[in-house]
Amino acid sequence: MIVSVASGKGGTGKTTVAVNLALSLNNVQFLDCDVEEPNAHIFLKPNITEQKKAYIPVPEIDQSKCNYCGKCALVCAYHAIAVIPGQNQATGKVLVFPHLCHGCGACQYFCPEHAVKEINRTIGIIEIGKCGKLDFVHGKLNVSEPMSPPLIRQVKAHTNPAQTVIIDAPPGTSCPVIASVQASDFCILVTEPTPFGLNDLVLAVGALQKLKIPFGVIINRSDIGNNQVAQYCQENSIPLLMQIPFDKEIAVLYAQGIPLVQKKKEYLNKFEHLYQQISSLVSNCKQ
Amino acid sequence: MKICITSQGDNLNAPVDPRFGRCAYFIISDTETSDFEAIKNPNLENTGGVGVQSSQLIANKNVKVVITGNVGPNAFQTLQASGIDIITGATGSVNQVIEKYKKGEFKTTQNPNVDSKHGIPKDI
Repeated sequence: MIVSVASGKGGTGKTTVAVNLALSLNNVQFLDCDVEEPNAHIFLKPNITEQKKAYIPVPEIDQSKCNYCGKCALVCAYHAIAVIPGQNQATGKVLVFPHLCHGCGACQYFCPEHAVKEINRTIGIIEIGKCGKLDFVHGKLNVSEPMSPPLIRQVKAHTNPAQTVIIDAPPGTSCPVIASVQASDFCILVTEPTPFGLNDLVLAVGALQKLKIPFGVIINRSDIGNNQVAQYCQENSIPLLMQIPFDKEIAVLYAQGIPLVQKKKEYLNKFEHLYQQISSLVSNCKQ
Repeated sequence: MKICITSQGDNLNAPVDPRFGRCAYFIISDTETSDFEAIKNPNLENTGGVGVQSSQLIANKNVKVVITGNVGPNAFQTLQASGIDIITGATGSVNQVIEKYKKGEFKTTQNPNVDSKHGIPKDI
């Protein structure tokens, strides 16, 4: 089963939930897909055994074959190519903007002169390791790299279906989140009981409904703020899976990079119970 | 010679649009005949690559000079490769800018003066 942990709003406790859930179960693979700011390794302290570069294919133009017909620029949905036809005996030019390129390959496919070749551009690294019995994979996007979904997909390509896979997703509801949660059997939405938490939760719920991924909500710092998130969940029949109180001890452990379940053993049961709830919700959905 | 002024409206009295890629209109003016054409910018709502697209659109109109407020790196590179001179920092109405250009009061710029995505509204 693949369980992703997401949230509309950032800083609500995705990594806390993902890490502690992973440590409460057996035969787990942990994928940190928050490649712009991966932080699960701070808590899991994995022993990294393998590092590989992540690439995106970008076009390179063979100027000797190009006749500046402009088809590559026309088919590029991201406007990563500009073709300047030759004027007044001057030769034309093809400009490639690698940072705009999503690596879809359309330019190469449609070039009638076979003048487009794809070359690999490094966008980040993937690190694979182990944390006790837990298998760990995360991606690190290079600084200033604008596009994370290709790297997220490459991290997810390591998914081992024989294990329980926990995915730590980035915050928000945009492309990186969709790339992270896609193909999950279940998604946990972590939120906080504030107007911001509710506003962004509603957006995340909309995204998951569109993706047809079953989901439930965890309210973190549940005893502060107001009860509007709980009310929203009740009104919309969204399972409220767990509530984590505002607890200084939890904050101290977090700041020290120590997973909650290692010091507060009562949470082991809580996260095991969370997983049981998710399992039964998923099997109900499949019926 | 054809010059292009980014404009907030479709006529010569409209104020200059400070954005290049995401301007409302491109006014293409012929400096010899004073004829002009207003092109509604089809790229305004696009999420990315707007500078490249708008530059290509202008290059295909045989424009020699672009006069605008700001121009970012991708647009700058595309316009320059197309042999188009770029003038930034223009303000006032399109008419005023054309007159100022004819009097030779502008200097072409050698560098982009803003970063990518500068023209995206910040208040949404």
